[in-house]
Amino acid sequence: MTIEFDQTAKFAEYADPSVLVSTAWLANNLNREGLVVVESDEDVLLYEIGHIPGAVKVDWHTELNDTVLRDYVSDEEFAALMSRKGISRDTTVVVYGDKSNWWAAYAMWVFKLFGHPDVRLLDGGREAWIAEGRELTREATQVTPAEYPVVKRDDSTLRAFRDDVLAHFGNPLIDVRSTEEYTGERTHMPAYPDEGALRGGHIPSAKSVPWARAAGENGVFKSRAELEEIYLDEAGLKAGDNVIAYCRIGERSSHTWFVLNYLLGFENVRNYDGSWTEWGSLVGVPIVKGIEPGLAPAAK
Amino acid sequence: MQSVDEIVEDFNAVGVNDRLTLLLEYSEALPELPARYKDHPDLLERVEECQSPIFLFVEVDDAKLVHLFFTAPAESPTTRGFASILHSALDGHSVEEVLAVDDDFPSRIGLSAAVSPLRMRGMRGMLARIKRQVTEKSA
Repeated sequence: MTIEFDQTAKFAEYADPSVLVSTAWLANNLNREGLVVVESDEDVLLYEIGHIPGAVKVDWHTELNDTVLRDYVSDEEFAALMSRKGISRDTTVVVYGDKSNWWAAYAMWVFKLFGHPDVRLLDGGREAWIAEGRELTREATQVTPAEYPVVKRDDSTLRAFRDDVLAHFGNPLIDVRSTEEYTGERTHMPAYPDEGALRGGHIPSAKSVPWARAAGENGVFKSRAELEEIYLDEAGLKAGDNVIAYCRIGERSSHTWFVLNYLLGFENVRNYDGSWTEWGSLVGVPIVKGIEPGLAPAAK
Repeated sequence: MQSVDEIVEDFNAVGVNDRLTLLLEYSEALPELPARYKDHPDLLERVEECQSPIFLFVEVDDAKLVHLFFTAPAESPTTRGFASILHSALDGHSVEEVLAVDDDFPSRIGLSAAVSPLRMRGMRGMLARIKRQVTEKSA
Protein backbone atom coordinates (compact mmCIF):
# COMPACT_ATOMS: atom_id res chain seq x y z
CA MET A 1 0.00 0.00 0.00
CA THR A 2 1.31 3.41 -0.86
CA ILE A 3 1.99 5.75 2.01
CA GLU A 4 0.11 9.02 1.56
CA PHE A 5 2.06 11.90 0.10
CA ASP A 6 3.34 14.90 1.98
CA GLN A 7 0.85 17.75 1.58
CA THR A 8 3.34 20.52 2.36
CA ALA A 9 2.13 23.63 0.52
CA LYS A 10 5.50 24.36 -1.11
CA PHE A 11 5.53 20.96 -2.83
CA ALA A 12 2.12 21.52 -4.43
CA GLU A 13 3.62 24.01 -6.88
CA TYR A 14 6.04 21.42 -8.29
CA ALA A 15 5.11 19.28 -11.27
CA ASP A 16 5.16 16.11 -9.17
CA PRO A 17 4.73 16.81 -5.45
CA SER A 18 4.72 13.08 -4.65
CA VAL A 19 8.51 12.75 -4.88
CA LEU A 20 9.38 15.04 -1.99
CA VAL A 21 8.88 14.78 1.74
CA SER A 22 9.60 17.42 4.35
CA THR A 23 11.62 16.84 7.49
CA ALA A 24 8.42 17.19 9.55
CA TRP A 25 6.62 14.56 7.45
CA LEU A 26 9.53 12.17 7.78
CA ALA A 27 9.80 12.68 11.53
CA ASN A 28 6.10 11.81 11.83
CA ASN A 29 6.32 8.76 9.59
CA LEU A 30 9.65 7.26 10.63
CA ASN A 31 8.32 3.99 11.98
CA ARG A 32 5.70 3.43 9.32
CA GLU A 33 5.48 -0.04 7.97
CA GLY A 34 6.34 -0.06 4.28
CA LEU A 35 8.74 2.88 4.57
CA VAL A 36 12.52 2.55 4.36
CA VAL A 37 14.75 5.58 4.79
CA VAL A 38 17.99 5.45 2.82
CA GLU A 39 21.01 7.66 3.49
CA SER A 40 23.35 8.16 0.55
CA ASP A 41 26.27 10.50 1.06
CA GLU A 42 29.32 11.83 -0.62
CA ASP A 43 31.33 11.25 2.58
CA VAL A 44 31.33 7.52 3.23
CA LEU A 45 31.53 7.87 7.01
CA LEU A 46 28.78 10.41 7.62
CA TYR A 47 26.13 7.77 8.20
CA GLU A 48 28.31 6.26 10.90
CA ILE A 49 28.62 9.46 12.91
CA GLY A 50 24.85 9.81 13.12
CA HIS A 51 21.89 9.00 10.90
CA ILE A 52 18.14 9.36 10.98
CA PRO A 53 16.83 6.63 13.32
CA GLY A 54 16.08 3.48 11.35
CA ALA A 55 17.79 4.65 8.15
CA VAL A 56 19.95 2.29 6.11
CA LYS A 57 23.04 3.35 4.20
CA VAL A 58 23.53 2.90 0.48
CA ASP A 59 27.06 3.64 -0.71
CA TRP A 60 27.25 4.71 -4.37
CA HIS A 61 30.84 3.63 -4.75
CA THR A 62 30.65 0.14 -3.32
CA GLU A 63 26.97 -0.73 -3.72
CA LEU A 64 25.52 1.01 -6.78
CA ASN A 65 28.53 0.73 -9.09
CA ASP A 66 29.75 -2.48 -10.59
CA THR A 67 33.24 -3.27 -9.40
CA VAL A 68 34.75 -3.93 -12.82
CA LEU A 69 32.42 -2.58 -15.50
CA ARG A 70 31.98 1.16 -15.67
CA ASP A 71 28.30 0.67 -15.07
CA TYR A 72 25.72 0.16 -12.39
CA VAL A 73 25.17 -3.13 -10.63
CA SER A 74 23.44 -5.91 -12.55
CA ASP A 75 19.74 -6.66 -12.24
CA GLU A 76 20.48 -9.54 -9.88
CA GLU A 77 22.84 -7.49 -7.76
CA PHE A 78 20.33 -4.68 -7.47
CA ALA A 79 17.66 -7.11 -6.29
CA ALA A 80 20.12 -8.51 -3.74
CA LEU A 81 21.01 -5.00 -2.58
CA MET A 82 17.37 -4.07 -2.09
CA SER A 83 16.78 -7.30 -0.23
CA ARG A 84 19.73 -6.60 2.10
CA LYS A 85 18.39 -3.12 2.83
CA GLY A 86 14.94 -4.45 3.70
CA ILE A 87 13.32 -2.92 0.62
CA SER A 88 10.67 -4.73 -1.36
CA ARG A 89 9.14 -3.59 -4.63
CA ASP A 90 6.19 -1.92 -2.90
CA THR A 91 8.29 -0.18 -0.24
CA THR A 92 8.17 3.60 -0.09
CA VAL A 93 11.80 4.68 -0.13
CA VAL A 94 12.81 8.09 1.20
CA VAL A 95 16.37 9.03 0.28
CA TYR A 96 18.40 11.75 1.92
CA GLY A 97 22.06 12.71 2.03
CA ASP A 98 24.72 15.36 2.37
CA LYS A 99 25.54 18.27 0.07
CA SER A 100 21.99 19.30 -0.84
CA ASN A 101 21.02 15.70 -1.60
CA TRP A 102 23.57 15.43 -4.34
CA TRP A 103 24.26 11.72 -3.83
CA ALA A 104 20.74 11.08 -2.65
CA ALA A 105 19.44 12.22 -6.04
CA TYR A 106 22.01 10.00 -7.68
CA ALA A 107 20.84 6.99 -5.66
CA MET A 108 17.26 7.84 -6.55
CA TRP A 109 18.13 8.01 -10.24
CA VAL A 110 19.73 4.55 -10.07
CA PHE A 111 16.66 3.22 -8.22
CA LYS A 112 14.57 4.67 -11.04
CA LEU A 113 16.68 2.94 -13.70
CA PHE A 114 15.43 -0.22 -12.05
CA GLY A 115 11.94 1.25 -11.99
CA HIS A 116 11.45 1.23 -8.25
CA PRO A 117 7.92 2.66 -8.08
CA ASP A 118 7.96 4.90 -5.00
CA VAL A 119 11.17 6.83 -4.27
CA ARG A 120 11.05 10.24 -2.62
CA LEU A 121 13.71 12.72 -1.58
CA LEU A 122 13.85 14.39 1.80
CA ASP A 123 13.78 18.10 0.93
CA GLY A 124 17.02 19.59 2.26
CA GLY A 125 18.47 16.19 3.08
CA ARG A 126 20.82 15.69 5.97
CA GLU A 127 21.59 19.37 6.29
CA ALA A 128 17.98 20.44 6.87
CA TRP A 129 17.35 17.58 9.30
CA ILE A 130 20.38 18.56 11.39
CA ALA A 131 19.69 22.30 11.17
CA GLU A 132 16.31 21.67 12.76
CA GLY A 133 17.94 19.80 15.62
CA ARG A 134 16.15 16.56 14.78
CA GLU A 135 17.25 13.23 16.16
CA LEU A 136 20.30 11.40 14.86
CA THR A 137 21.51 8.06 16.13
CA ARG A 138 24.61 5.95 15.85
CA GLU A 139 22.65 2.82 16.53
CA ALA A 140 23.03 0.28 13.76
CA THR A 141 19.71 -0.33 12.01
CA GLN A 142 18.52 -3.91 12.24
CA VAL A 143 17.26 -4.91 8.84
CA THR A 144 14.93 -7.77 8.06
CA PRO A 145 15.84 -8.84 4.53
CA ALA A 146 13.00 -8.36 2.07
CA GLU A 147 11.98 -10.11 -1.11
CA TYR A 148 12.86 -8.09 -4.18
CA PRO A 149 12.29 -9.29 -7.73
CA VAL A 150 15.03 -9.25 -10.34
CA VAL A 151 14.00 -6.36 -12.58
CA LYS A 152 15.61 -5.51 -15.89
CA ARG A 153 17.27 -2.12 -15.74
CA ASP A 154 15.88 0.33 -18.28
CA ASP A 155 18.75 2.34 -19.76
CA SER A 156 16.66 3.84 -22.53
CA THR A 157 14.43 6.30 -20.69
CA LEU A 158 16.42 8.16 -18.05
CA ARG A 159 19.95 7.47 -19.16
CA ALA A 160 21.93 8.78 -22.12
CA PHE A 161 25.05 7.21 -23.58
CA ARG A 162 27.62 8.98 -25.72
CA ASP A 163 25.91 7.95 -28.97
CA ASP A 164 22.65 9.34 -27.62
CA VAL A 165 24.42 12.64 -27.04
CA LEU A 166 25.80 12.62 -30.61
CA ALA A 167 22.27 12.02 -31.88
CA HIS A 168 20.85 14.68 -29.56
CA PHE A 169 22.59 17.74 -31.04
CA GLY A 170 20.09 20.45 -31.77
CA ASN A 171 18.24 19.64 -28.56
CA PRO A 172 19.13 21.22 -25.20
CA LEU A 173 22.10 20.04 -23.18
CA ILE A 174 22.71 21.24 -19.63
CA ASP A 175 26.20 21.19 -18.18
CA VAL A 176 25.90 21.28 -14.39
CA ARG A 177 29.58 21.50 -13.47
CA SER A 178 31.35 24.53 -12.03
CA THR A 179 32.06 27.42 -14.36
CA GLU A 180 35.80 26.63 -14.32
CA GLU A 181 35.10 23.13 -15.56
CA TYR A 182 32.67 24.40 -18.20
CA THR A 183 35.08 26.92 -19.66
CA GLY A 184 37.89 24.40 -19.65
CA GLU A 185 40.08 26.13 -17.10
CA ARG A 186 40.09 22.87 -15.22
CA THR A 187 39.08 19.37 -16.18
CA HIS A 188 37.72 18.43 -12.80
CA MET A 189 35.59 19.88 -10.11
CA PRO A 190 37.53 22.18 -7.82
CA ALA A 191 39.22 19.96 -5.24
CA TYR A 192 38.44 16.66 -6.97
CA PRO A 193 41.63 16.16 -8.91
CA ASP A 194 41.42 12.47 -9.64
CA GLU A 195 38.42 12.38 -11.90
CA GLY A 196 39.66 14.57 -14.66
CA ALA A 197 39.62 14.10 -18.39
CA LEU A 198 42.17 14.61 -21.10
CA ARG A 199 40.73 17.91 -22.26
CA GLY A 200 38.89 20.79 -20.60
CA GLY A 201 35.74 22.43 -21.93
CA HIS A 202 32.15 21.42 -22.58
CA ILE A 203 29.97 19.58 -25.07
CA PRO A 204 29.10 21.97 -27.96
CA SER A 205 25.85 23.90 -27.38
CA ALA A 206 25.53 22.87 -23.71
CA LYS A 207 24.29 25.61 -21.41
CA SER A 208 26.02 26.08 -18.09
CA VAL A 209 23.78 25.76 -15.02
CA PRO A 210 25.78 24.60 -11.99
CA TRP A 211 23.68 21.98 -10.19
CA ALA A 212 23.77 23.54 -6.72
CA ARG A 213 21.84 26.58 -7.94
CA ALA A 214 18.66 24.52 -7.61
CA ALA A 215 19.00 24.40 -3.85
CA GLY A 216 18.85 27.27 -1.42
CA GLU A 217 19.38 27.63 2.29
CA ASN A 218 19.76 24.37 4.22
CA GLY A 219 19.89 22.48 0.94
CA VAL A 220 16.13 22.70 0.32
CA PHE A 221 14.92 23.09 -3.24
CA LYS A 222 14.13 26.56 -4.45
CA SER A 223 10.55 27.49 -5.26
CA ARG A 224 9.13 26.62 -8.64
CA ALA A 225 9.23 30.26 -9.70
CA GLU A 226 12.91 30.53 -8.79
CA LEU A 227 13.70 27.30 -10.61
CA GLU A 228 11.83 28.48 -13.70
CA GLU A 229 13.85 31.65 -13.69
CA ILE A 230 17.08 29.61 -13.76
CA TYR A 231 16.18 26.84 -16.18
CA LEU A 232 13.58 28.50 -18.42
CA ASP A 233 14.48 32.20 -18.49
CA GLU A 234 18.27 31.86 -18.19
CA ALA A 235 19.03 28.49 -19.77
CA GLY A 236 16.22 28.79 -22.28
CA LEU A 237 14.52 25.43 -21.77
CA LYS A 238 10.99 25.26 -23.12
CA ALA A 239 8.07 23.02 -22.22
CA GLY A 240 8.27 19.76 -24.12
CA ASP A 241 12.03 19.95 -24.60
CA ASN A 242 14.05 16.80 -24.75
CA VAL A 243 16.99 17.46 -22.39
CA ILE A 244 20.24 15.75 -21.53
CA ALA A 245 22.15 16.79 -18.40
CA TYR A 246 25.73 15.87 -17.65
CA CYS A 247 28.52 16.66 -15.22
CA ARG A 248 31.76 14.82 -14.65
CA ILE A 249 30.68 11.30 -13.68
CA GLY A 250 26.90 11.70 -13.64
CA GLU A 251 26.19 12.35 -9.99
CA ARG A 252 25.68 16.11 -9.91
CA SER A 253 23.60 15.89 -13.07
CA SER A 254 21.23 13.39 -11.47
CA HIS A 255 20.35 16.22 -9.09
CA THR A 256 19.48 18.38 -12.10
CA TRP A 257 17.62 15.43 -13.66
CA PHE A 258 15.48 15.34 -10.51
CA VAL A 259 14.78 19.08 -10.66
CA LEU A 260 13.92 19.16 -14.36
CA ASN A 261 11.90 15.99 -14.33
CA TYR A 262 9.94 16.13 -11.11
CA LEU A 263 9.94 19.75 -10.02
CA LEU A 264 9.60 21.44 -13.41
CA GLY A 265 7.79 18.67 -15.27
CA PHE A 266 10.06 18.02 -18.24
CA GLU A 267 9.03 14.56 -19.33
CA ASN A 268 12.03 13.74 -21.42
CA VAL A 269 15.17 14.30 -19.35
CA ARG A 270 18.14 11.96 -19.47
CA ASN A 271 21.30 11.90 -17.42
CA TYR A 272 24.49 11.28 -19.40
CA ASP A 273 26.46 9.48 -16.71
CA GLY A 274 29.52 9.00 -18.91
CA SER A 275 29.69 12.77 -18.62
CA TRP A 276 32.88 14.77 -18.94
CA THR A 277 35.22 11.99 -17.80
CA GLU A 278 34.11 10.15 -20.94
CA TRP A 279 33.43 12.99 -23.39
CA GLY A 280 36.58 14.92 -22.44
CA SER A 281 38.71 11.90 -23.30
CA LEU A 282 36.69 10.48 -26.19
CA VAL A 283 38.41 10.20 -29.55
CA GLY A 284 36.70 11.99 -32.42
CA VAL A 285 34.17 14.19 -30.63
CA PRO A 286 34.16 17.99 -30.63
CA ILE A 287 34.40 20.16 -27.54
CA VAL A 288 34.05 23.88 -26.91
CA LYS A 289 36.27 25.94 -24.64
CA GLY A 290 35.28 29.18 -22.99
CA ILE A 291 32.09 30.65 -21.62
CA GLU A 292 30.03 30.52 -24.85
CA PRO A 293 27.98 27.34 -25.42
CA GLY A 294 29.07 27.14 -29.04
CA LEU A 295 27.13 25.74 -31.97
CA ALA A 296 25.66 22.27 -32.07
CA PRO A 297 27.29 20.07 -34.71
CA ALA A 298 25.01 18.08 -37.00
CA ALA A 299 23.36 15.24 -35.10
CA LYS A 300 24.66 11.77 -35.90
CA MET B 1 54.29 7.28 18.74
CA GLN B 2 53.10 5.20 15.82
CA SER B 3 54.93 4.66 12.61
CA VAL B 4 53.66 4.57 9.06
CA ASP B 5 54.31 0.83 8.89
CA GLU B 6 52.36 0.11 12.06
CA ILE B 7 49.36 1.99 10.72
CA VAL B 8 49.55 0.18 7.39
CA GLU B 9 49.72 -3.10 9.28
CA ASP B 10 46.75 -2.24 11.52
CA PHE B 11 44.55 -1.38 8.57
CA ASN B 12 45.52 -4.39 6.54
CA ALA B 13 45.01 -6.79 9.43
CA VAL B 14 41.22 -6.29 9.25
CA GLY B 15 38.49 -6.55 6.61
CA VAL B 16 37.26 -3.61 4.56
CA ASN B 17 34.32 -2.77 6.83
CA ASP B 18 36.52 -2.74 9.90
CA ARG B 19 38.95 -0.48 8.08
CA LEU B 20 36.16 2.08 7.81
CA THR B 21 35.48 1.69 11.52
CA LEU B 22 39.16 2.24 12.18
CA LEU B 23 39.09 5.34 9.98
CA LEU B 24 36.14 6.61 12.00
CA GLU B 25 38.08 6.08 15.22
CA TYR B 26 40.95 8.07 13.80
CA SER B 27 38.52 10.77 12.74
CA GLU B 28 37.30 11.12 16.29
CA ALA B 29 40.82 11.18 17.69
CA LEU B 30 42.02 14.16 15.63
CA PRO B 31 43.49 16.56 18.21
CA GLU B 32 41.97 19.99 18.63
CA LEU B 33 43.93 22.96 17.37
CA PRO B 34 45.92 24.83 20.02
CA ALA B 35 44.75 28.37 20.70
CA ARG B 36 47.54 29.97 18.66
CA TYR B 37 46.04 28.49 15.49
CA LYS B 38 42.42 28.40 16.52
CA ASP B 39 42.52 32.17 16.82
CA HIS B 40 44.60 32.60 13.67
CA PRO B 41 43.10 30.52 10.88
CA ASP B 42 45.10 32.66 8.45
CA LEU B 43 48.25 30.81 9.53
CA LEU B 44 46.89 27.52 8.21
CA GLU B 45 47.26 26.26 4.65
CA ARG B 46 44.17 25.02 2.86
CA VAL B 47 44.51 21.57 1.30
CA GLU B 48 43.00 22.22 -2.12
CA GLU B 49 43.13 18.56 -3.07
CA CYS B 50 40.44 17.84 -0.48
CA GLN B 51 36.81 18.43 -1.20
CA SER B 52 36.17 19.46 2.40
CA PRO B 53 37.60 22.62 3.90
CA ILE B 54 40.69 21.21 5.56
CA PHE B 55 43.63 23.25 6.74
CA LEU B 56 46.99 22.21 8.07
CA PHE B 57 50.03 23.73 9.67
CA VAL B 58 53.48 22.28 10.21
CA GLU B 59 56.03 23.27 12.84
CA VAL B 60 59.61 22.09 13.00
CA ASP B 61 61.15 22.56 16.45
CA ASP B 62 64.79 23.17 17.45
CA ALA B 63 65.41 19.45 17.74
CA LYS B 64 64.23 19.10 14.10
CA LEU B 65 61.09 17.26 15.15
CA VAL B 66 57.89 17.78 13.16
CA HIS B 67 54.60 18.85 14.76
CA LEU B 68 51.36 18.81 12.80
CA PHE B 69 48.12 20.71 13.27
CA PHE B 70 44.92 20.10 11.33
CA THR B 71 41.43 21.41 11.20
CA ALA B 72 38.58 19.65 9.41
CA PRO B 73 34.83 19.93 9.93
CA ALA B 74 32.98 17.29 11.91
CA GLU B 75 30.68 16.71 8.91
CA SER B 76 33.67 15.51 6.91
CA PRO B 77 34.60 12.41 8.91
CA THR B 78 36.50 10.75 6.07
CA THR B 79 38.76 13.73 5.58
CA ARG B 80 39.20 14.11 9.35
CA GLY B 81 40.16 10.45 9.50
CA PHE B 82 42.85 10.92 6.87
CA ALA B 83 44.22 13.97 8.69
CA SER B 84 44.27 12.04 11.93
CA ILE B 85 46.11 9.09 10.37
CA LEU B 86 48.76 11.46 9.07
CA HIS B 87 48.95 13.09 12.48
CA SER B 88 49.48 9.73 14.18
CA ALA B 89 52.01 8.63 11.61
CA LEU B 90 54.11 11.78 11.39
CA ASP B 91 53.69 14.00 14.43
CA GLY B 92 56.77 13.99 16.68
CA HIS B 93 58.96 12.30 14.09
CA SER B 94 62.15 13.82 12.77
CA VAL B 95 62.35 15.87 9.60
CA GLU B 96 64.30 13.05 7.91
CA GLU B 97 61.70 10.45 8.89
CA VAL B 98 58.80 12.54 7.62
CA LEU B 99 60.51 13.32 4.32
CA ALA B 100 61.33 9.63 3.89
CA VAL B 101 57.68 8.57 4.11
CA ASP B 102 56.52 6.90 0.90
CA ASP B 103 54.37 9.34 -1.11
CA ASP B 104 52.09 6.45 -1.85
CA PHE B 105 51.49 5.65 1.81
CA PRO B 106 47.78 6.59 1.52
CA SER B 107 47.31 3.83 -1.05
CA ARG B 108 48.81 1.26 1.28
CA ILE B 109 46.22 1.47 4.05
CA GLY B 110 43.80 -0.68 2.11
CA LEU B 111 40.98 1.82 1.91
CA SER B 112 40.73 2.08 -1.86
CA ALA B 113 38.05 -0.59 -1.91
CA ALA B 114 35.84 1.42 0.43
CA VAL B 115 36.70 4.99 -0.41
CA SER B 116 36.67 6.39 -3.93
CA PRO B 117 40.01 7.16 -5.62
CA LEU B 118 39.46 10.89 -5.42
CA ARG B 119 39.37 10.68 -1.65
CA MET B 120 42.66 8.85 -1.52
CA ARG B 121 44.03 11.58 -3.75
CA GLY B 122 43.01 14.09 -1.10
CA MET B 123 45.09 12.26 1.46
CA ARG B 124 48.07 12.16 -0.88
CA GLY B 125 47.61 15.92 -1.32
CA MET B 126 47.79 16.41 2.44
CA LEU B 127 50.97 14.37 2.66
CA ALA B 128 52.58 16.31 -0.18
CA ARG B 129 51.76 19.62 1.48
CA ILE B 130 53.12 18.41 4.82
CA LYS B 131 56.38 17.38 3.18
CA ARG B 132 56.64 20.68 1.36
CA GLN B 133 56.11 22.66 4.56
CA VAL B 134 58.60 20.46 6.42
CA THR B 135 61.20 21.11 3.72
CA GLU B 136 60.58 24.85 3.82
CA LYS B 137 60.64 25.05 7.59
CA SER B 138 63.70 22.91 8.15
CA ALA B 139 65.83 24.65 5.54
